[in-house]
Amino acid sequence: MNSGQLLLIAILLSSFIPGIIIFCLPEEKHRLRTILNLCGSLVKISLVLLMNAGIYYGHVFEIRIPLIPGVELLLNGDPLSALFATLSSVLWLLTTIYAVGYLEGSPNRSHFFGYFSLCVTVTIGIALAGNLVTFLLFYEMLTLATYPLVIHRGTEKSLRAGRNYLIYAFSGGAVFLVAVVWLQAVVGPMDFSAAGFSPSYIESHGSVLALIFVLLIIGVGVKAALVPLHGWLPQAMVAPAPVSALLHAVAVVKAGAFGIIRIVLDVYGAHNLLLLGVLPLLAAVATFTILYGSVRALQQDDLKRRLAFSTVSQVSYIALGMSMVDQPLAVIGALVHLVHQGLMKITLFFCAGNLAETLGIHRISEMRGVARRMPLTMAAFSIAALGMIGIPPTVGFVSKWYLGLGGLAGGNWWLLVVLVVSSLLNAWYFLPILIRAWFGKQQGPWPEEQYVGRFETRLMLLGPPVITALIVLVAGLVANAQISPLAWVRFIVRGYSL
Amino acid sequence: MFQADTPAWIIAPVVLPLIAGLFCFLFKRRIFIIALAAALANFFVACFLIYQFLVFGSMRCYIGGWQPPLGITLRADGPALLMLLMTAVTGLAVTLYARGYFSCRIADSERAGRHQRQQRYFWPLWMLLLAGLNGLFLSGDIFNLYVTLELVAISAASLAALSGKPASQRASFRYLLISLLGSLTYLLGVVFLYRTCGVLDLDLLRNLSGNGAGVRAALALLTVGLLLKTALVPLHFWLPPAHANALAPVSVILSALVVKGSFYLLFRFWFELFSPIVTQAGLNFMGALGAVAIIWGAVQAIRQQRLKLMVAYSTVSQLGYLFVAFPLSRAVEGAQVWSIVIFIALTHACAKSAMFMVAGSIYLHLGHDRIRDLAGVRASLPVTVFAYGIAGVSLMGLPPSGAFIAKWMLLSSSLVSGQWWWALVIVAGSLLAMVYVFRVMSRFFVIPEGEPLKKPAALSPLLEWPALILALISLSLGLLAPWILHILSQGTVGLVRVFPGGLS
Repeated sequence: MNSGQLLLIAILLSSFIPGIIIFCLPEEKHRLRTILNLCGSLVKISLVLLMNAGIYYGHVFEIRIPLIPGVELLLNGDPLSALFATLSSVLWLLTTIYAVGYLEGSPNRSHFFGYFSLCVTVTIGIALAGNLVTFLLFYEMLTLATYPLVIHRGTEKSLRAGRNYLIYAFSGGAVFLVAVVWLQAVVGPMDFSAAGFSPSYIESHGSVLALIFVLLIIGVGVKAALVPLHGWLPQAMVAPAPVSALLHAVAVVKAGAFGIIRIVLDVYGAHNLLLLGVLPLLAAVATFTILYGSVRALQQDDLKRRLAFSTVSQVSYIALGMSMVDQPLAVIGALVHLVHQGLMKITLFFCAGNLAETLGIHRISEMRGVARRMPLTMAAFSIAALGMIGIPPTVGFVSKWYLGLGGLAGGNWWLLVVLVVSSLLNAWYFLPILIRAWFGKQQGPWPEEQYVGRFETRLMLLGPPVITALIVLVAGLVANAQISPLAWVRFIVRGYSL
Repeated sequence: MFQADTPAWIIAPVVLPLIAGLFCFLFKRRIFIIALAAALANFFVACFLIYQFLVFGSMRCYIGGWQPPLGITLRADGPALLMLLMTAVTGLAVTLYARGYFSCRIADSERAGRHQRQQRYFWPLWMLLLAGLNGLFLSGDIFNLYVTLELVAISAASLAALSGKPASQRASFRYLLISLLGSLTYLLGVVFLYRTCGVLDLDLLRNLSGNGAGVRAALALLTVGLLLKTALVPLHFWLPPAHANALAPVSVILSALVVKGSFYLLFRFWFELFSPIVTQAGLNFMGALGAVAIIWGAVQAIRQQRLKLMVAYSTVSQLGYLFVAFPLSRAVEGAQVWSIVIFIALTHACAKSAMFMVAGSIYLHLGHDRIRDLAGVRASLPVTVFAYGIAGVSLMGLPPSGAFIAKWMLLSSSLVSGQWWWALVIVAGSLLAMVYVFRVMSRFFVIPEGEPLKKPAALSPLLEWPALILALISLSLGLLAPWILHILSQGTVGLVRVFPGGLS
């Protein structure tokens, strides 16, 4: 066992062990629990950064565990997994801080934080998975680890949402399993690699491989909330705000989008997909999802539901970018959007949670003048919302810029139309919120105001959204610097000969 | 005389529990210690036999030195030893669990006398059953197999009757009759075979079985007899009431071990003894019954209102997977059926034991097992609920459980051979399993409104931890896969060649 393998194991254990200890802790030891959580996530971030440095300088991080001939578990740190692992571990730290503040005094916290830690362990596992079997293993475990969080409140409504979530997620998992087995039956065991499988299979098994591609995309599309597989996501909004943040920005939806990226880039490979001719299908689904999600978001008055449909729409930019996999610029846009969307969406959900927790505001119609009561929260919200629309210098602009450039380079002018229409729709459903919050007049008392002390809300609730909003701004401003998500994504794309 | 390579060690798993059962019957006190010692010894002997097998190869012991066709033969090969180990591990856990179970019930002063009586009968019968099962896995002679089958049937039916409630009396009586009918049919098959071939030893039979009408009739009779005992749909009707109405440790034994015994024989007959005369149509027929069992059992499990009945119907469903392996056995070069059924059997034995233990603990804790009213159990029995979840995940065949490995092999062989309908059944079965597992799971997570009237007493760790440990074993079996395949590929079996994928 070399140091690279130890590092991979340590990265997984740094959240798994705190999670197991937290399960065993009695309910009232909240200080010890918080310390464990924070230490775990700080350790995890430093280990992940260490791995990133190693990957940058060309070290190999690889663990192979054979199960049966042809089936093995493979953990592998490559630049792409580093991108997702860094995103998840950084956002996990912030979400944990937020959750500690959010759940203060509520029951069953040891269970909550236990599953929370398991959840991030599994997400990192998805990031590090080096073949489809390992990906499948962690993908199914992610469903299991998030289910208790979705139904955490234990009400009938949350149980219903949880049931739907399970049905969608496990059906997707089953389709994915069949596709993985089938793919292996056709092309034999394979790891994620830049080349994909040998093009000679396309001549002999072209239509089967196209069908398997569709099945694989359906399998991960459930979690990525591609329409019409998105039904679980808006319902899952009954979960507490930190869980929504986790579902939308850190783990679940992201795992689906990451799966799409892996399948397109590392399983099939750009060359094979062009030969198969299935990419227009992916583009069509992604475009439809983008527009449909935005239109549905327009109709929602419930703030969290509007954000949920916005996620449906925004995550599909990633799928859209991957559908033009022959254009490096579009791939850059898609990959960098994985990070950027996470940052923006987590800010929005933190802010929505703050409004609900501090003032009892759940609906957009109740938000008139709320910016005067909670200026910092709404400032963070505004930055993230403007980012979603794609206004420079936020990170949202950077993603859309690269997607657009990629479309133009490939001669797909329709992509520009999609981007413009979708940005207009984004503006249409975000700007009224901002106008109402900043310029509206408060009408009557807030629904359920709580006294919280010196700041506009508890410090642990206020800190995380402010930090993520700052990152949204700064990462957009310094996108061209040596260290930024964009720089790392360029490093990734250099590894693929596109 | 007992060296490391002495074949006589094979006798120990049969004789030890038999002696322990006798002592349990004779002594009035410290029965548990005797049983525990026997279960532990059984476990260590099973481990030792596997070690011996890996080092010295397949073992064969002629008791009293009488060679076949006269003497009693015991022999150990890979599948037999894995089944033996499965029985030993589950048996050890059940022994501990039963101790906790009876202590808990005797502590209830109202019916202490009755429970004490139940416990007195439980230990000797359980030891007898253990001896029978071990003998069944190890016997190398088709008539001795009949004897062990009878031993298992009679002790299992008496165990099922222990609870003493009218429903359980009826169910166990029916169980006894069905078991005896199965044994008699089996005996008739043995008679046919003996009439045609003139020997009873399995190895000698393998050389003799030709395509005669007598042999085919024998196969049909043996199959029907064993199917009755294995409870394959449509012969499953006796199983859910018998398993659900028994005492919790008994349900564990019946569901995890006893049905596996008869299946193991059936499988041996179909794929070793009679493999020359088995047709693809016959295999397809068994597979079709298995597919019906998977779907029907799962649908029934979803409809149940009581936890124990739900778990019992889930057994009906899971047994179906064992039979779906039949038609796929010839699908790809180098049949991998032994490894498939062994993985299913091992996972199911551990996971289902854990589930019945959980159901029993919850019954003791709440005084009922109505699925509707399980709210709040998570807070009071976290370990048990966790065990339930993990066992459920294994039953659904999610990675890295052993059932996942089996499912992978089944799916892969059905897709490669173009028999995609089996793949559909397997996937549908695991989705239905998800529904029945999580229908119960979600009730655990409901936070009950208001304070409970009286806080139920905490359960002894003997009731909670064996379940969790078995559940964890069933989940991690997939990671042990290379080791299990190694055992299966040793020695005489010769059936294991896993298809790694890749059409060229």
